[in-house]
Amino acid sequence: MSTSFYVSPEQLMKDRADFVRKNIARTGSVVVLNYDGGILFVAENRSRVLHKVSEIYDRIGFAAAGKYNEFENLRQAGVRLADTRGYLYDRRDVTALGLANAYAQLLGSIFSEAGGKPYEAELVIAEVGERAEQDQIYRIPYDGSVVDHRGFVVIGGAADAVTAALESTYTEGPSLGVALRTAVAALAQSGGNGGETRELSPAQLEVAVLDRERQQPRKFRRLLGAHLTALLEDEPGAEEAAFEENGESAEEAAGSPAAESGPDELDTNSLIDEALDEGGEGESTGDN
Amino acid sequence: MGTQSTGWSGRGGAAGDYGLMRAAFAGTGTSFTEFLADYNPEYLPGRRAASLGASTGTLPFDPPHGTTIVALTFPGGVVMAGDRRATAGNVIASREIQKVFPADDYSCVGIAGVAGLAVEMVRLFQVELEHYEKIEGTTLSLDGKANRLATMIRGNLGLAMQGLAVVPLYAGYDLESCEGRIFSYDPVGGQYEEHGFHSVGSGSVYARGALKKIYRADFDATGAVTAAIQALYDAADDDSATGGPDLTRRIFPVVGVATEDGYRRLSETEVAELVQEVVDARLRRPDGPNAPLR
Repeated sequence: MSTSFYVSPEQLMKDRADFVRKNIARTGSVVVLNYDGGILFVAENRSRVLHKVSEIYDRIGFAAAGKYNEFENLRQAGVRLADTRGYLYDRRDVTALGLANAYAQLLGSIFSEAGGKPYEAELVIAEVGERAEQDQIYRIPYDGSVVDHRGFVVIGGAADAVTAALESTYTEGPSLGVALRTAVAALAQSGGNGGETRELSPAQLEVAVLDRERQQPRKFRRLLGAHLTALLEDEPGAEEAAFEENGESAEEAAGSPAAESGPDELDTNSLIDEALDEGGEGESTGDN
Repeated sequence: MGTQSTGWSGRGGAAGDYGLMRAAFAGTGTSFTEFLADYNPEYLPGRRAASLGASTGTLPFDPPHGTTIVALTFPGGVVMAGDRRATAGNVIASREIQKVFPADDYSCVGIAGVAGLAVEMVRLFQVELEHYEKIEGTTLSLDGKANRLATMIRGNLGLAMQGLAVVPLYAGYDLESCEGRIFSYDPVGGQYEEHGFHSVGSGSVYARGALKKIYRADFDATGAVTAAIQALYDAADDDSATGGPDLTRRIFPVVGVATEDGYRRLSETEVAELVQEVVDARLRRPDGPNAPLR
């Protein structure tokens, strides 16, 4: 027979929160921000297959930081919820707010459930509106609270540092290229050895947009390969090219070696940092 | 799992969503249909057989039926067209029903049979394909999509036995083999790949007869669309449940084309132009183009 010690609820919640914060702090950051044509997602992610940024529904995108298998479970649940709602009612009845609330309740109950371990995941649910003022960005931390953001939001390990960087550089309604370069510069300022600025190449980034002007009902689109490189380097005409419909070619590019052979300017430092970061996230065995 | 659904008010809102979110979170797999069946089977078409009074034979009413769909391949793609009539017995239930739908970016589905069930099944099929794409991060092969549709038809078997059959025709551009392909189904879910052209629905006998005579393997897209319109005209000529082009109300067949550029429904103007040509030619020769004897 085991003796159970009394642990105060305050201590219990604090221990759980510390545990989650410590683990999320080891993962790469994700920036979600408004640009003049919609919402841009920029994540540090070397994998082309294990996404941190994904489509949930027509106008709704999902970004996550933390442990891959856990936020992947959450993403799939969101897709099921959205598709079910859209099928039973109408596509327009699937909203970011409804989804954010459902996620908040789910994460909140997982966080406080006795027995299980809390989820090491922090989410952003963003919805692009018909007009810019209807755009919505919600951050849902591990404990199930919901925070409404305007302009930009950062999640993941270096969230505070990246947020601080963006606060001084982000201006309202930037073009796609400006928004992307601002986000990448902010991400690069954190995570380097001793606070030095890193160089982030296209191969280390996962970038997607919810494009307000896209003709199809599904507004989510990944920016890959040449499009992304051109935008990062501010080549003339890059924005126009990125807005050209590359829906299916983008899907193909994801699997083709051509997309991954963008100019690679990795320095060894950032490689090692990334390897560490991957290591932190990579321990996805066991807990589930 | 069924008990979870009763906890859901079904009226939306945050509280209602939570039950659904819990079910969604517990869900596994890539199939939307299977998730919905676990969550609440009542939401699926074809699972309501019990509430329709079991297998007592004929229904006390005559639900609207959709009629003729034709599809034909041409080098580089596939065309599908459907007339616009729905009938309930001898009554025309609708003059402008749509029976050809996009299934995803590269394929389309046309449905003959009980219209209400058919439209519901198409919606479910569309969600099924999109759901797989989002969950898996990749699209199904064309054969995979065709097989999913067959599974859904099998789920409707109970209703088909009561006379509420749904008979789809599936066509799409295969990105792997780079060609247009057509799949047909029977009411119990059997799936057959068709080569060249095919037709389903009450007027299909006449449409297929027409296509047999006018189909050419080297059609371009316009030629294939024109042949589809000719075949529908012939079906409407001999089958009272198939609607011909309605020149007074300007209601024309729904025509879709799937190529390597994706699926596209032809605009009203594009179809109207080709229909007008076909009708003008029929004023001179009501039976349509003359195929050579040898």
